[in-house]
Amino acid sequence: MTTLISDLFTRFPYASFESKGNEYSLTVPPEKLYETASILKKNELVSFDFLCDIIGMDYGDSLGLIYRLNASAYPAYTLALKTSTGERENPRIDSVIDLWDSADLYEREAHDFLGIVFTGNPDMRRLFLRQDWKGYPLRKDYDASPEANPIPLENEKIEDMETLPVIDLNSDRKIEPEKLFEAGEYVVNFGPQHPATHGVLHLRVALDGEIITKIDPNFGYIHRGIEKMCEAYTYPQMLHLTDRMDYVSGPINRHGLCLAIEKGLELEVPERAQYIRTIIDELSRIASHLLGWGCMAMDMGSITAFVYGMRDREKIMDIIEETCGGRLMANYNVIGGVMADIHPDFQKKVKDFIPYMRKMLKEHHLLFTGNPIARGRMDGVGYLSKEKAISLGATGPTGRASGWRNDIRKIEPYAAYGKVAFDEMLREDGMTFDRYIIRLDEIKESLHIIEQLIDTIPEGAYAAKTKAIIRVPEGEYFSRVENARGEFGVYINSRGDKYPYRVKFRSPSMTLVNTLKAIAVGTKVADLIMLGGSLDYVVPCIDR
Amino acid sequence: MFQFSVVNQWIDEFLRTYLSEGWTLLVEFVLVALLVLTAYAVLALLLIYIERKICAFFQCRIGPNRVGPFGILQSVADMIKILLKEIIRINKVDPFLFRLACFLVIIASLCTFGALPFDGGLHAIDFNIGVFYLLAVSSLGVVGILLAGWSSNNKYTMIGAMRSGAQLISYELSCGLSLLSIVILSGTMQLSQIVEQQSDLWFIFKGHVPAFIAFVIYLIAGHAETNRGPFDLPEAESELTAGYHTEYSGIQFGFFYLAEYLNMFIIAAIAATMFLGGWMPLHIPGWDRINEIMDYIPPVIWFFGKTFFCVFMALWVRWAFPRLRIDQLLALEWKILLPIGLINILLMTLLVIL
Repeated sequence: MTTLISDLFTRFPYASFESKGNEYSLTVPPEKLYETASILKKNELVSFDFLCDIIGMDYGDSLGLIYRLNASAYPAYTLALKTSTGERENPRIDSVIDLWDSADLYEREAHDFLGIVFTGNPDMRRLFLRQDWKGYPLRKDYDASPEANPIPLENEKIEDMETLPVIDLNSDRKIEPEKLFEAGEYVVNFGPQHPATHGVLHLRVALDGEIITKIDPNFGYIHRGIEKMCEAYTYPQMLHLTDRMDYVSGPINRHGLCLAIEKGLELEVPERAQYIRTIIDELSRIASHLLGWGCMAMDMGSITAFVYGMRDREKIMDIIEETCGGRLMANYNVIGGVMADIHPDFQKKVKDFIPYMRKMLKEHHLLFTGNPIARGRMDGVGYLSKEKAISLGATGPTGRASGWRNDIRKIEPYAAYGKVAFDEMLREDGMTFDRYIIRLDEIKESLHIIEQLIDTIPEGAYAAKTKAIIRVPEGEYFSRVENARGEFGVYINSRGDKYPYRVKFRSPSMTLVNTLKAIAVGTKVADLIMLGGSLDYVVPCIDR
Repeated sequence: MFQFSVVNQWIDEFLRTYLSEGWTLLVEFVLVALLVLTAYAVLALLLIYIERKICAFFQCRIGPNRVGPFGILQSVADMIKILLKEIIRINKVDPFLFRLACFLVIIASLCTFGALPFDGGLHAIDFNIGVFYLLAVSSLGVVGILLAGWSSNNKYTMIGAMRSGAQLISYELSCGLSLLSIVILSGTMQLSQIVEQQSDLWFIFKGHVPAFIAFVIYLIAGHAETNRGPFDLPEAESELTAGYHTEYSGIQFGFFYLAEYLNMFIIAAIAATMFLGGWMPLHIPGWDRINEIMDYIPPVIWFFGKTFFCVFMALWVRWAFPRLRIDQLLALEWKILLPIGLINILLMTLLVIL
């Protein structure tokens, strides 16, 4: 792989190249970006076919972009393609939307927060903020005063939301703003308040009778600006925000952030803490999958299944509550370990839970998996091919249901995952049923992981000693963990201060909404809701 | 075997001793109407309580348990609440049709309810075209649902109403066909005679296989007509928030709610009357001792017992199955139930002729 990459990099004489372990980085001038990206994607040596994230940066004097690329054939290696432009008034970068489908939302996000215009991307609306927002919040010279953006007293006009702004490449040519929906189309709003959008997601859906012809997701209804808040928080304070992103698998997110900070501090985490973290992660993964399973069943009209899922999830919540103090917001991981030692009953309760959950899984299969109506509904709907899944960046169970090996626990075993034997659940067909069943299979596998660890938790400290004020050395730190929904990535840029310079979270849910857009067109209204359930996205994770 | 006709005659004679012919009839009409309305309301409360309790047992919960012993007064409290609730005025609706719709739904359901034979004498009106009347009046409700969806001026309600129209009209066919096979077997459409004919054996046993098939088809199609269970597409709450009654509030919504529960009861009651002998106790030819014992149980209890058995089946399906999609729903009717129903009628006719 190393030789392949060095061979590949000889094709970019204009680029500067660095490597650290399995992380490579390539810096190119902005006008060469598209050319480089295109070669990286299309070359015959090693095709970087998975665009994991686009991180927008304000370096102070210039605006930068970091494209995090992966090759699905060599998932352990990551490549950061960097570029920056000194132009702050009217920054323009070529869009890579025709190379990777996932670039669509990422570019809109970078445009929204940093004001970078991507030429070639037809949809340069703001993603999270209102269309009439002034300024770009993640720029360091952003005016956050209430006078600049007074609290609006009127709703955002629906026409503004669906009008694509015109980017005047030649200012002498006048172009009419383009509407997303035509006047005669029957457009229905699913959300922001709707029982089946799993939060406050707003889907504008054009219907032809019952058949969906167009979907336009609108985000930002619960955007809290976590990335901006992080820039003003110290590292231990930042941790609390991650539980509030993907709130159904909060401890895993927090684990990811802790890993990034620990990487920066070069902190050795005690063995005991590693084991505890792994067990808590797997417990919350089971809880999350149970909720996802129940919600999908409820989206298909089976409320009893939802209650069954919640009933078993309750047992996990009780275990987590006893040890962590919180239920939904566990607040358990801290830099260097965990907040407190496990409760004396923890091991016993977890050991009781494992056979209970195995028994209940059979009941879940009996109630829903074998049901002819449920099978009939899932049959033949929502096909997602492996190539499309990679291009869309649909990580996690969704990608694995299409046959894409993307389990970070296997690729880059963090915490105690290297010490346990478990299988990466993989299915080939990429249908709705695969995405459904893979979650129940992963519950089984998570139980297997916990079973191996629970009796062998080593003695010792549950957290490493850290300084009172944590300063992460200057540099860039990436970490990634396997969230219940996919790859959760953390990027920290530190300038040696006690506050981070820039923090970016890679949300697995955002690409899943894009996946919904790709697979739901042509299906019926009932299928749209079911497919949403099968992708199992959590909106607060998108609206960070 | 005690029958209510004794009580009826006694009241009639009592009134006639004091009042003239016309006044007697008027008083009797008012009494019957009051009785039917009260029974309608009380049954609705009872059904809501039963559904909530049974659903809770299916879902490992306790269900209502705070208001009164075992929560039996919960639905009374809910009724008082819904009566006191504000009726929200919606902008840009068609006010006349919007208000009319909920009445149409409940009137259709009440008219059907009034014609049910609860007992030998507890039968408000006994047409010679009883079955025909039940089918005709119960399908009026779809007009109310369509109007509700149309007049609300809301896209969700519109989709809900369209689904409902397609669904009810389709399943009406299977309902009619399965009842028709019993009409062929009994040779009459008068409900009292249909029940009387089952005094030796219920039609579901008398009619052999065709009657059983008709019973199953009727349960499925009837269940679909109540917009519940796997057939709740018109109000699919995870897709269309509340379907055709999204915009309704207060007692206007209450009317839809009442009608939904009573329709479930009505379908179950028709199934009980047509297939399971209505208020007629279980009589098996030749087993005279058992038949005598069965006669000790009052017919009203037989009627409600059978009806609630069918209601329980409906609830069971409702809380165990996920929802169908619209194309699957229509395929089930037009490709499966309807052909089977047609063949079944042929079988039944052959059975009667031979």
